[in-house]
Amino acid sequence: MAAKHQLGEPVVVVEGVEKAFGAFPVLKDVSLTIRRGETVCIIGPSGSGKSTLLRCINALVPIGKGSITVAGRQVNDPALDKLALRRDVGIVFQQYNLFPHKTALQNVMMAPIHVLKQDRGEVEERAKQLLAKVGLSHKHDAYPGELSGGQQQRVAIARSLAMNPKVMLFDEVTAALDPETKKEVLVAIRDLAAEGMTCILVTHEMGFAREVADRVYFTDGGVIVEHAPPAEFFGAPREARTRAFLDQVL
Amino acid sequence: MIAAFFERLNDTQGLNFSIFYDAFDRSRFLTGLWTTTYICVLSILASLVIGLLGVWVAGSGSRFGRLLVRIYVQFFRNTPPLVQLSFFYFAVGGLLPTVSDGFGGQSPLVSGTGWAIIAFSLFAGAFNVEIFRAGIEAVPETMVEAAESLGYTRFQLWRQIVLPLAFRICLPALNNNLVNLVKTTTLAYAIGVPELLYAASQIWSEMFNVREMMNVLLVVYVLLVAVLVWVMHRWEKAMRIPGYMP
Amino acid sequence: MRTGATDLPVLKPFRAGPIAPSGLAAPMLLSAGLVAGVALVFAASLAVAQSTGPAARDSAMTILWRWAPLIFQGFLFNLLISFLSMALGTAVGVLFGIGQVSPSAALRRPAWAATQFFRNAPWLVLLFYAMFLLPFELKLGPVTIAFPAWIKAIIGLALPVAANVSEIVRGGIRSIPSGQWESAESLAFNRRQTMWMIILPQAFKRMIPPWMNLYAILTMATTLISVVGIQDGLTVTRAALAAESRPELMLPMYLLLLLMFFAYCYPIARLTIALERRFNVKG
Repeated sequence: MAAKHQLGEPVVVVEGVEKAFGAFPVLKDVSLTIRRGETVCIIGPSGSGKSTLLRCINALVPIGKGSITVAGRQVNDPALDKLALRRDVGIVFQQYNLFPHKTALQNVMMAPIHVLKQDRGEVEERAKQLLAKVGLSHKHDAYPGELSGGQQQRVAIARSLAMNPKVMLFDEVTAALDPETKKEVLVAIRDLAAEGMTCILVTHEMGFAREVADRVYFTDGGVIVEHAPPAEFFGAPREARTRAFLDQVL
Repeated sequence: MIAAFFERLNDTQGLNFSIFYDAFDRSRFLTGLWTTTYICVLSILASLVIGLLGVWVAGSGSRFGRLLVRIYVQFFRNTPPLVQLSFFYFAVGGLLPTVSDGFGGQSPLVSGTGWAIIAFSLFAGAFNVEIFRAGIEAVPETMVEAAESLGYTRFQLWRQIVLPLAFRICLPALNNNLVNLVKTTTLAYAIGVPELLYAASQIWSEMFNVREMMNVLLVVYVLLVAVLVWVMHRWEKAMRIPGYMP
Repeated sequence: MRTGATDLPVLKPFRAGPIAPSGLAAPMLLSAGLVAGVALVFAASLAVAQSTGPAARDSAMTILWRWAPLIFQGFLFNLLISFLSMALGTAVGVLFGIGQVSPSAALRRPAWAATQFFRNAPWLVLLFYAMFLLPFELKLGPVTIAFPAWIKAIIGLALPVAANVSEIVRGGIRSIPSGQWESAESLAFNRRQTMWMIILPQAFKRMIPPWMNLYAILTMATTLISVVGIQDGLTVTRAALAAESRPELMLPMYLLLLLMFFAYCYPIARLTIALERRFNVKG
């Protein structure tokens, strides 16, 4: 499955990023490069700064030192147009965060209509296609509270895709789901990756990482310990910390 | 028919429900009911405006504005509404100039009814500020994050996400407060506003039917509150989002 | 209408905290500012009265000083009424509250109906009701119990208090998870034992904040007795103003009375919020 498609130019470049919450360092000199069409999984023990890294990439959290470039845009530039950046970067959260007062279809349609000022008819058309793509054609008019966790998460994915992002970030999107519904969400992400969407996933799903990722990053204590293609990463990890972690979870 | 029945009741049982057969008493009573309704509606509307204004000033980032709203809210919440009303009607009203009433006499700038509406609006408004504030704070931070990550501007975020959710969250508390406002309007009796309680007291002091009027009054007020509660519950239900419990 | 959950509103303490200062402004600073602000308004009104009053007669300060002890005495009477009404209302309300969760419909329905009725009637109307319709004395055989006006007033105010206490008790009992009932039952406790030994002790904690909130509301409502002709703080204030007939004194005089109530009720409100927070944290 890996590297089926042609990898393009770098889309996300993270260089020497440091981030601390108060006196507590979360990211220490983190660097990584993700190319167009690449699917990257970031794994590691909880509290290793994975989620913070994703939030830094779309400027939900400011960074202390270093630089982040997304689609040619300097994220740490004080003059950054945050809204423009966020239109290019989609993020899906662990807790779905759908807007509870809007139906599934409306959730997908809202941002393109109000933020991108696109034509309602076209947006609706595309929103329906996106919901069909994540297998929820029959749930247009359901409110988030009426959907299962997996269904809500798939609506959240469709909602992000409706903005036509250049990169999709997934922040432990299956962590709150039960095993059965997990699968339907992972399938949706796998299809997306296969179509050539650039995806960065923070995940604990080792099987998924092995099957879908082009590269796997391992973080621990705020640093990137190592990164490699999945076969190599899972087959022959170089670092002792990686081996110790894999022994625990596999 | 009804009039005849109540007249007979008076003659045979000595139960004098004069408002049901005496046209004068009935019109007095209905005028009182109308005045109560009128004070209620205007006070409710004004208190909502005050609540929104207060929460806007308190959230605008100005420290002085925040302090001012805080003083207002705490003062009106923690002092007796009857003394507030007396303060406005006697003290503040006494300081205002009088105006010519067009018949050669002088009448106060703001009538008793006017002061009642002002005092009740400020009283209920103080509660509304806190209710709205609590509603806005109850919107989950993650919802804001999700909207931000979709590129919403601050204004869009408020209009599309925060306010619609906050409003639904505070609706039950708001209903409670509005019902209390209706009950509070009886205080206008103390400054001689011809509302329902006042009209009833005039009737019972002339007709000597305290017992009957008292019961009628109690039932009418409970009905009035029940109607408001019913309307508000209908509204709450209509606003409810399926599967969402704030 | 269901009897399980009530559809009618109460004077619930709302979950809202006070307007929380954020950022650098410390809560202490705001509290101090609040007190300073209220004092400032009072001082300003007094200064205006002082300077605009007729020079030939007593100064505003002197008059205020003369009447302040009497007004304070009246205010203390308000507090006395509030204690007694609260005691009576709580005693009756607890019984009705327990009645509201009784398994017997014959007990539950009337308790529910009475609670709803008295909770939704205006306090002033209930006060009138008690004042006019209670007999001035009650003959029980040879014993004659007199009902002076102030006792009637206490009963009149205790009516809505009892109804609200009844709701608080019902809500507190209902908030205890049903697992507690089941496990008590499985240990062979009977219903009365379960209620008094298992449920009420747990529910008690949760009832305290709304009960205190109700007390503050009652204290403010005690001024209603001035409307039915009982001498309280408000009556004295009015009498003082009538006796002096100095319109410029009205503002500071009423503010003085408002400040007395504020000084008493505001700390109660703060304590209520603090307790609410503490109990919520512990669950």
